[in-house]
Amino acid sequence: MTRLAVPKTYKLYIGGKFPRSESGRTYEVSTKDGAFLANASLASRKDARDAVVAARAAFPGWSAATGYNRGQVLYRIAELLEGRRDQFVDELVATESLTKSAATSQVDTAIDAWIWYAGWADKYVQVAGNANAVSGPYFNMSTPEPTGVVAIVAPQSGNALLGLASVIAPAILTGNTVVVVASQAAPLAAISLAEVLATSDVPGGVVNILTGSPAEIAPWLAGHADVNAIDLAGAELLHWVDLQVIAADTLKRVLAPVNGAPAPSLERVVAFTETKTVWHTKSLI
Amino acid sequence: MNATTQGLPAQTFQAKALAPAERALSMIGGDLTEKSLRLHLEGLAGVDAVGLEQRAAALGTRSIKTTSKAWALDTIIELIDLTTLEGADTPGKVRSLVAKAVNPDPSDATTPRVAAVCVYGDMVPHAVQALGGAWSRGTDNGINVAAVATAFPSGRSSLAIKIADTSEAVAAGADEIDMVIDRGAFLSGNFGLVFDQIVAVKEACRRADGTYAHLKVILETGELNTYDNVRRASWLAILAGGDFIKTSTGKVAPAATLPVTLLMLEVVRDWHRLTGERIGVKPAGGIRTSKDAIKYLVTVAETVGEEWLTPHLFRFGASSLLNDVLLQRQKLTTGRYSGPDYVTMD
Repeated sequence: MTRLAVPKTYKLYIGGKFPRSESGRTYEVSTKDGAFLANASLASRKDARDAVVAARAAFPGWSAATGYNRGQVLYRIAELLEGRRDQFVDELVATESLTKSAATSQVDTAIDAWIWYAGWADKYVQVAGNANAVSGPYFNMSTPEPTGVVAIVAPQSGNALLGLASVIAPAILTGNTVVVVASQAAPLAAISLAEVLATSDVPGGVVNILTGSPAEIAPWLAGHADVNAIDLAGAELLHWVDLQVIAADTLKRVLAPVNGAPAPSLERVVAFTETKTVWHTKSLI
Repeated sequence: MNATTQGLPAQTFQAKALAPAERALSMIGGDLTEKSLRLHLEGLAGVDAVGLEQRAAALGTRSIKTTSKAWALDTIIELIDLTTLEGADTPGKVRSLVAKAVNPDPSDATTPRVAAVCVYGDMVPHAVQALGGAWSRGTDNGINVAAVATAFPSGRSSLAIKIADTSEAVAAGADEIDMVIDRGAFLSGNFGLVFDQIVAVKEACRRADGTYAHLKVILETGELNTYDNVRRASWLAILAGGDFIKTSTGKVAPAATLPVTLLMLEVVRDWHRLTGERIGVKPAGGIRTSKDAIKYLVTVAETVGEEWLTPHLFRFGASSLLNDVLLQRQKLTTGRYSGPDYVTMD
């Protein structure tokens, strides 16, 4: 007897929950050779708005956690990713037409990048911060602090999982909360990552993942007054200069598109931090 | 029957004559006693709770978009009693509340002003002073000052203190008095006491020149337990002379809900049909988003008619609602989502 296939409908990830798109829209995700794979939610501007509200609500708690604590949470995610590697490998094989070994290699690289970033959580302040020499009896210290809510257009061309890991981890490790527009063609890895996040220790709302059209959603995020920064990593095929112009209206930090998945770097960590400098008197004897 | 209420013999309890309030006299008849009031209130038809909640839920599903939404947002602002009722209130906080009431969105001069500011009685002089020329002084132009009185929010004090509380606020310039009913007396069946207190407070609202400050009667529906009680309390407050009936103090959960407000609007509609007189309704507490507030506007328009959507007849008691309305308004004006950084903190 043949068994009917049970295709999965992939939903959005907003505020720690998995809602359908507010618009009720979905789109078909297919393999490289066009065979039906799954339905994914086609997020609307209102889903983006809800995601920003969730990210803003999560920001005070997440940014107030100690770097050590955030690091532990990120390590835990890497552990869970490791446990689900077969699922990620299968999804990458299906959506990106990779060989099994190429897919495995991508999953391994993604987990390794995640671990690499997790290690920075309680170290980047020491490296990016500074005790400044000033001409007076003062201590003068500069420390990086998280920017706030960061909107991210995830890499769109291949490397779905590695691309996601390479843009999400550096943004959240400093205490930012993020709204990610996943790869439109290959959103399955993003929602599977969301399922990992939902069962990890990351508070709901720290990472919000939207599937759908970056061309449709990105302008709303770039113009949103409650978004503090936008990472255009995967926006190379959009009118991304326009997005920069829109983002400038509300003085957002902007990272320009990169080719493929950005390599792990401390620059990506520091890109979404603000430097706070404090003066403090030296004690008088 | 020799049943007793609160330990008093039923006979003496029910024969007591009540203060002669004009509306109650004409509605119930010349022989206005505890008994006749009780018979009237208990003779009201029971509330179909399931039907009420379904109706309220159905009214909440309307989709209000574009120009209708813009109209609704401005109307909501015009209907807001901008409120601060905290133990930590200071004259400075009242001044900043007033500044926001006068000019809700400094980035957009077309934003309407709110209907009133609502403060504790001792803050009325500060509110009046801060309003300056924007104060209505009881006229239709400008912003009213509303004061909560009568041992708000519990209402647990003697009548003398409640009256003193009220007349002090009126003397200081309050245009509106938000009084609380004695829920303990109401729930123990002592309708006459509640009635007499409302009549007495109404009298305390009289100004030196013989005019009256508007009286809003807070039923605190969250403590009345049943819809039947809400209907009775609404009738009681109207019969005793209330100009407005208000759901809640905002200090008790649940505060305003759509079904309760719908029920009170139905009482107001019935009263209008019977007497031609228009009574106001004020849901207060728990209305924080424009989306919720729009549901209330729809409910008002569908129950008593659009002519009720004026500050004389409908108000929102709210503090955080205004910020959400301003964010929505900015979204409509600029076409982009706004954020909490672009409105004042409360």
